[in-house]
Amino acid sequence: MYTIAELRTKYISGELTPTEVFDTAIAAIAAKDTEIHAFLAVFADARSEAEAATALYREKGADTPLLLGVPLAIKSNILIKGRVASAASKILENYTATYDATVIARLRAAGAIFIGATNMDEFAMGGSTENSAFGLTRNPLDPTRVPGGSSGGSAAAVAMGIVPAAMGTDTGGSIRQPASYCGLVGFKPTYGAVSRFGLIAMGSSLDQAGPLTQTVADAELIHSIISGVDGYDATTITPDTYGDIPTKETYTFGIPRQFLADGIDPDVLATFNAHVESLAAAGHKIVDIDLPIFEKGLAAYYIVMPAEVSSNLARFDGMRYGLSASGDTLLDVYQKTRAQGFGNEVKRRILLGTYVLSSGYYDAFYGKAELVRAKMRAELREVFKTVDIILTPTAPTPAFKIGEQEDPLAMYRQDIFTVPVNLTGVPALSFPMGTVIREGIQLPVGVQYIAPHGGDARLFSLGKKVYDERR
Amino acid sequence: MTKEEIQHLATLARIELSDTEIEKFTTEMSAILEYVGAVTDIVGDDALLAPQVGAKHNVFRKDEVTNQTDEYTAALLAEMPQTQGRFMVVKKILNPDA
Repeated sequence: MYTIAELRTKYISGELTPTEVFDTAIAAIAAKDTEIHAFLAVFADARSEAEAATALYREKGADTPLLLGVPLAIKSNILIKGRVASAASKILENYTATYDATVIARLRAAGAIFIGATNMDEFAMGGSTENSAFGLTRNPLDPTRVPGGSSGGSAAAVAMGIVPAAMGTDTGGSIRQPASYCGLVGFKPTYGAVSRFGLIAMGSSLDQAGPLTQTVADAELIHSIISGVDGYDATTITPDTYGDIPTKETYTFGIPRQFLADGIDPDVLATFNAHVESLAAAGHKIVDIDLPIFEKGLAAYYIVMPAEVSSNLARFDGMRYGLSASGDTLLDVYQKTRAQGFGNEVKRRILLGTYVLSSGYYDAFYGKAELVRAKMRAELREVFKTVDIILTPTAPTPAFKIGEQEDPLAMYRQDIFTVPVNLTGVPALSFPMGTVIREGIQLPVGVQYIAPHGGDARLFSLGKKVYDERR
Repeated sequence: MTKEEIQHLATLARIELSDTEIEKFTTEMSAILEYVGAVTDIVGDDALLAPQVGAKHNVFRKDEVTNQTDEYTAALLAEMPQTQGRFMVVKKILNPDA
């Protein structure tokens, strides 16, 4: 599939039309998606928008919005007015969004065409897309493996070549980890850079929406369109909130060696080390750093996130929208609706969240987790005084086999390098750093570049040099 | 973590659990709590929890009507499991005989 930039050039020159690209994408879904199952819904009726875009290019050429006629796949926890947004949960199976999320409104204004809603772990809880209530998604690069998650459907849609880019959400790695498993670019913005209005909330202090693309330049383009202050999300930030984070010719990279010492696949570590060497060869400075509190990040995350989950998902009560089970009393309706509507992982996290927030445990768990979070931020501030970018692999392993991770704790450990980024709110970019071979198949593995708060532009500038130019 | 504790949490969370689920969650939750317990030995100054740069407080916008009357009413009613006219039907919560 062409990149967004390539599509745009071909649309303007007339070599390709949005209608042709739309038709090709719909045909590709019919041909390939029965096996992969990236999509929960396909919006074939959006063809009229492609036709209108085709006409507009004929009339105005380059004088058109930047994403005009570009088909995008959208994770099904992002509201598109008039479309079902199920978040891959039975409780929202028939829920039709009554308004556009801010990111959708901005992409729409830029001319993008939404071609379908993608599969995901239910309510974005998981790292493999096996937790969908509507069946799992397979990795297009090796269908016996998972595409990652929770934005696994979005990643698979791009990796299959159906769309040039897709939208995901990232609460603990849900954009970056599937990007790593599927050989794509994934970006988690600085917390507050992108409005959360119209995202089905998971962990409100952690959630951000971002793109999965083939190039860093495309990720930058989408981010530039969706980001910015929004009156409907009071946590959105202005470009000067964190001051100037300059872009440079060469950078100082910090490698948290201690953090990488444990539980990481040897081939992934070798690929990572080769990547670090290539940066040194390109004239960048490499230093070892210590992030002792970061290593407690995963434990803190599995307190903070479930706490927010249990609060956010309290709204699904069978009253105003979504599934409603019949029962004798109001309490009965609540309990049966939530029993039937939520899957295992969602129930597990709601129970965990209820526990850590309950009287007597709040200080020991939630209070301590927030303290860890504050100490992680302080630790980062110190480290970013001397380094410009922190480098880790995106995930400790390549894409794993479907059904391989049955123990919830083992699954949670896949997030070890990504969750500290959400807990502290800094931006991070993942792109392919190489491949490892499993059963004769080359599987991509991603590297994660972490910048200080507000350093989104630094990541794009660097990513374009390190990845796009050598792609 | 005991089965009774899981049942209590489920009641608080308004989720009916089967016996099999209670069994499974009892085992899993104990393991998860042991893991996340890594945070409980953290010590630090509570001053760290004070707002940092970038944290925002009291972000208000004007309390003004931004939509037309009935602009969303039909769409919202259509999402409701049970309606009567322009009303949502819910279970009675006050019982005069109780």
